[in-house]
Amino acid sequence: MSLLETRKLRKYFGFLHAVDDVDFSVRPGEVLALIGSNGAGKTTLVNLISGLLRADGGQVLFQGTDVTHLSVVDRIRGGIARSFQLVNLFDQMTTFDNIALSIFSREGKTQKLMSLAGADRAVRREALEVLSQFGLETKRNVLAGVLSQGERKLLDVGVAYALRPKLLFLDEPTSGVSTREKAPIMDIISAVVRSEKITAVIIEHDMDVVFGYSDRIVAMHQGAILAQGTPQEIRRNEQVSMTLIGAPSFD
Amino acid sequence: MPGAIEAGPVKRALAIAVPIAAVLILIPYVVPPYQAYLLSSGLTYAIAGLGFNLLLGYTGLLSFGHAAYFGMGAYAVAFLVKYLHTGSMELFLLGGVIAAALVSALIGFVCVRYTRIFFSILAMALAQVLWSLALKFYWVTGGTDGLRVPTPTLLGGLVSNPEDKLDFLSGPYYYLVLLFFFAAVAVMWVIVNSPFGKALQAIRDNETRAAFVAVRVRRSRWIAFVVSGAFTGLAGALWVPANGLITPDFMYWTFSGKIVFFAVLGGFRTFAGPIIGAVVFNYLEYFAVATTDYWQLVLGAILVFLVMALPTGLVGTLGRLALKLRSAD
Repeated sequence: MSLLETRKLRKYFGFLHAVDDVDFSVRPGEVLALIGSNGAGKTTLVNLISGLLRADGGQVLFQGTDVTHLSVVDRIRGGIARSFQLVNLFDQMTTFDNIALSIFSREGKTQKLMSLAGADRAVRREALEVLSQFGLETKRNVLAGVLSQGERKLLDVGVAYALRPKLLFLDEPTSGVSTREKAPIMDIISAVVRSEKITAVIIEHDMDVVFGYSDRIVAMHQGAILAQGTPQEIRRNEQVSMTLIGAPSFD
Repeated sequence: MPGAIEAGPVKRALAIAVPIAAVLILIPYVVPPYQAYLLSSGLTYAIAGLGFNLLLGYTGLLSFGHAAYFGMGAYAVAFLVKYLHTGSMELFLLGGVIAAALVSALIGFVCVRYTRIFFSILAMALAQVLWSLALKFYWVTGGTDGLRVPTPTLLGGLVSNPEDKLDFLSGPYYYLVLLFFFAAVAVMWVIVNSPFGKALQAIRDNETRAAFVAVRVRRSRWIAFVVSGAFTGLAGALWVPANGLITPDFMYWTFSGKIVFFAVLGGFRTFAGPIIGAVVFNYLEYFAVATTDYWQLVLGAILVFLVMALPTGLVGTLGRLALKLRSAD
């Protein structure tokens, strides 16, 4: 059974069919890459699944349950988490607190007024562990707003990861960083995802990243799914390479 | 050594708070009675400033209607005198806090659906409704004449019927205010450093992402609003027996502006900012009123200067100076 399934999911912005009756599914345990040119509907699809946008039609099923009409918070509590293409952090809080908040939230402790956050040893230990997994332990007392772009991208993923989701969406985890920084960032993220056996969906433009890190690829074009298959199959798919890079082959 | 890191903030806070507390305890022995009374009213305002800043500094919501909760705390005390004929300070405080919490729960429920300027205007408009009720329902509230509140009894009657009101205000009453000031500071410090406080700061920084780490944004804002209102109501209830009278002026939006002034003057980005701001403002107002007929002009000029020259307020500016001095060593 699929972990996540959309049925005829639809979102129109006026005349633009951003997501047009899409049937998309994610299998448990896989790392899936969602590719497509700008405006193909990848981020809109993730926005619909994560609850940032309301669907105009269709359904989102998570673990067999219809979550189409649930709030963002309820979807997160159910186990869907995401990072953002444009870094979306708590800039006036420390790197440590950015991560710790996810842990407090996951444990239902964010309504606790009369206990000191710093005194919770279990949360502290876990937050430090997550920070070190993402190579940010030395930055723990730095405000998120003054981290470098690469560190911010990692922290953005870390904040979502610390919720311990069953399904993690990564919206362009390497966008906006220099080419040189891309591989180290993907190595860190991939190491976390693989070692913790997280089911993940990565939206990515960089085909090296896509072919190098995913188990399966779904290609979108103009709001619909163009093709899906293993990296080898997609690499050989002429229709996909023509649409994405305008050449008959990725090589 | 994670244990050492945890103890850090508590120790650091105590290192600042304990000497200041000691000075505050000794003040009535070294200054004239009127000065002690003046300081105690500054400390009362500081409790309102603390409450207000939970919304502005920590949740990112600028309320232009906090006079409503200060006034509600004070009117609740006056109603206890008028209808229940009680003079017990303990009942006053209890009644004031409960009344302010109830009213802020009601008003906050509506206001937290909005943010930024919409929140500020709505908070002000609903507070003005309360002001107009205080003004028009004169058979209950005394209208513009207000309601009198006699000098209360403390500790269930153990301290009562003072010969001289100023002696009372600079003595037992000063210590009562100080006790509640300490409690308010301690409780608020724990709140802003609690997981809930972190969630509020996250909402302030990035409301969308806060929802994406499963923080219930509206509910958290609402709880913050009620806590904020309750603190401000406590300040009103503490203040009114010393003043002896509550009039609708203290529910008017200009008084809300004063509470905003506390936070801007001291600096709303720091915990201590609104405390220092309230105490300093109280002195500024006292000296401005004593020295010139145009005291509003003086206060206005100070506000303009602050916003332009010291946007981080007194505490923020002093903090930066301290950092500079330390790095110069």
